[in-house]
Order: sequence, then C-alpha cells, then structure tokens
Amino acid sequence: MRRFAALIGAVMLAAGPAHAVLPDEQLKDPRLESRARAIGSELRCVVCQNQTIDDSDAELARNLRILLRERLVAGDSDQQAIAYIVQRYGNFVLMKPPLNEETWLLWLGPLIVLIGGGIAVGVYWRGRARALPPLSDEERAGLERVGRSDEI
Amino acid sequence: MRRLIFLLPIVLFAAVVAAFVVGLGRDPSKLPSTMIDKPLPVFDLPPVRAGDTGLKSADIQGEPRLLNVFASWCVSCRVEHPVLLALKARGVPIDGLDWMDRADAASAYLVANGDPYARVGNDQPGRAGIDLGVAGVPETFIVDRRGRVRYKQIGPISPDDWTHVIAPLMDRLRAES
Repeated sequence: MRRFAALIGAVMLAAGPAHAVLPDEQLKDPRLESRARAIGSELRCVVCQNQTIDDSDAELARNLRILLRERLVAGDSDQQAIAYIVQRYGNFVLMKPPLNEETWLLWLGPLIVLIGGGIAVGVYWRGRARALPPLSDEERAGLERVGRSDEI
Repeated sequence: MRRLIFLLPIVLFAAVVAAFVVGLGRDPSKLPSTMIDKPLPVFDLPPVRAGDTGLKSADIQGEPRLLNVFASWCVSCRVEHPVLLALKARGVPIDGLDWMDRADAASAYLVANGDPYARVGNDQPGRAGIDLGVAGVPETFIVDRRGRVRYKQIGPISPDDWTHVIAPLMDRLRAES
C-alpha cells in the first residue's frame, strides 16, 4: 500500500503543466530544448491569441515551434530567434509587450492612476482640515448650553 | 470655478468609455501587417496543378497583382472564391499561395470550384506564409509593380472591400511608374 502511494506521489510530482509541445518536435540537446521552451512560452499564438505557441494545438503554432528550434540549432541567440518571429508577425506575438510609444500608457497607466489618486486624496484631506476650523468660544458655550438642557 | 472639479470624474469616465468603444470595436484577429511597403520575402513553391510551374516570389511583379493565400480546408475561402472568379473574369491578375495544405487536395478544390489563379504554389510546410506573416486564411496581399507589398486584406474579400478599398488602390498602383 505504501509503495503504491509512493508510486502515485512520484507520478504526480513528475507531471508538469500540460503543453502542446509534441515529442517529435523536441530537440535532443536538452539545453537547446529548454531555451526553446523559455522562448516558446513568451510568444503568442496568432491563431488562438491568448495562448502561447507552447500551449497551443494550432497547426501554425506547431510550425512556429519547429521554426524556432531550427533557428536555435542554426546558432541564433534567444534575442535573434525572437526577433526573427517578431519581424514577421509584429510585437503582438510577444506575450510581454515592449515599452515603446504605442504601449507607454499600458505600462505607465497604473502608476499614473496611483499618483493621480494620491494627489486627489491629499487635496481632499487638506481641504477637509481647512473646512473644519476649531470651535470658537461662543460656539463652545452654545454647545454646553444645549448639552445641559433637559429639553429635547 | 471650484465646482468644475466635480465634473472631473464624469469627464474621466467619458474618456474611459470612449477608449473602450474604440478599442473593443476593433477585431483582435486583424493584426497589423509588418510587410507593408516591404518587398515580398523570397520563396519558390512547387505547383498545385498538374504540369504547372508553381509560384516564385520573383514572378509577382511587373504590374499590380493580388497574392491570395488560401487552403482547401478553409471554409471562408469558399465564401471568397466566387469573388476571386469574378475578379479574374474582369482581368485582375491573381496569384495563389496554397498554405499548409496538400497540393492534391488544393488541386481538387480548384477543379471543383473553379480556378481564379494565374499562378499557384503549394506551401505545405507553411514557411512562405510565415515569412509573409500569415496568421490564417484567407489573406490577400496587394503587390505593386516593383514587387512590394502595399496592403493586406485579412479574411475574405467581399464585393464591398473590392469596390471601396482594393479596386481604388489597384488603380493608384497602376498609375505609379
């Protein structure tokens, strides 16, 4: 029983996340293959746009995985291999878009909202502090009188 | 004047709504092409039709031409097909790139549905299509007389697309020296 549980445990540990990368696509050199996996998980499949080419079962994603591995075998650096695909499909294929004149609002937007919100809160607090000056003696006396009164 | 600050959230909200109306109205499958104003990538594809010569990138120049990327397995290509046949009948030069498809299947498709193409090449490995940045079929590239891509139509060409976008562009390209 214990052995069986150990076996189940070992199998569960060995099971990674499901990938569409098929055995016949994989490179024999484990270092190249792991580089290909790292790049493949950063590239968007243009058919099913919210999947990476490593996750997608689309035929085009498979062809791009094979192409990517060919580039790496041919001696491309990671950057060169990515550039090769970006040259054809544009920056859209990068899961993490680069910071440029088209995407600055996307990258800096949250920071702008945070700073804008901070300024708004600061202005509000300062305004409130000024709107409520301390009670004058006259007001304080009036308040006392109301507090002592039995009338409601 | 101080009152105006209370209008600020409404103005901001309107700006966000406007951004969403514009942004969500776009079709995310229509990716901007990186090929515009660039020469066609070099390819030399085997024939689809028996006894034919196939399609070389160097063939696509001299006059403005359409390069139609299609496949026999593609459903919307069948929708587009009658439009291509009508354009051929009007003398528009169209070349076909049969993408990620078997040549014999494409050949049977052209026999069954009619053949609008001057030249057709088979790209079963999909490399020529990938070099062109093809994401799906059909896509049609408009190539000028010097062999540069000037426009990319994503999805089937409708008669409307032809009349309002592609035909005027072809006229302009023909007028270029």
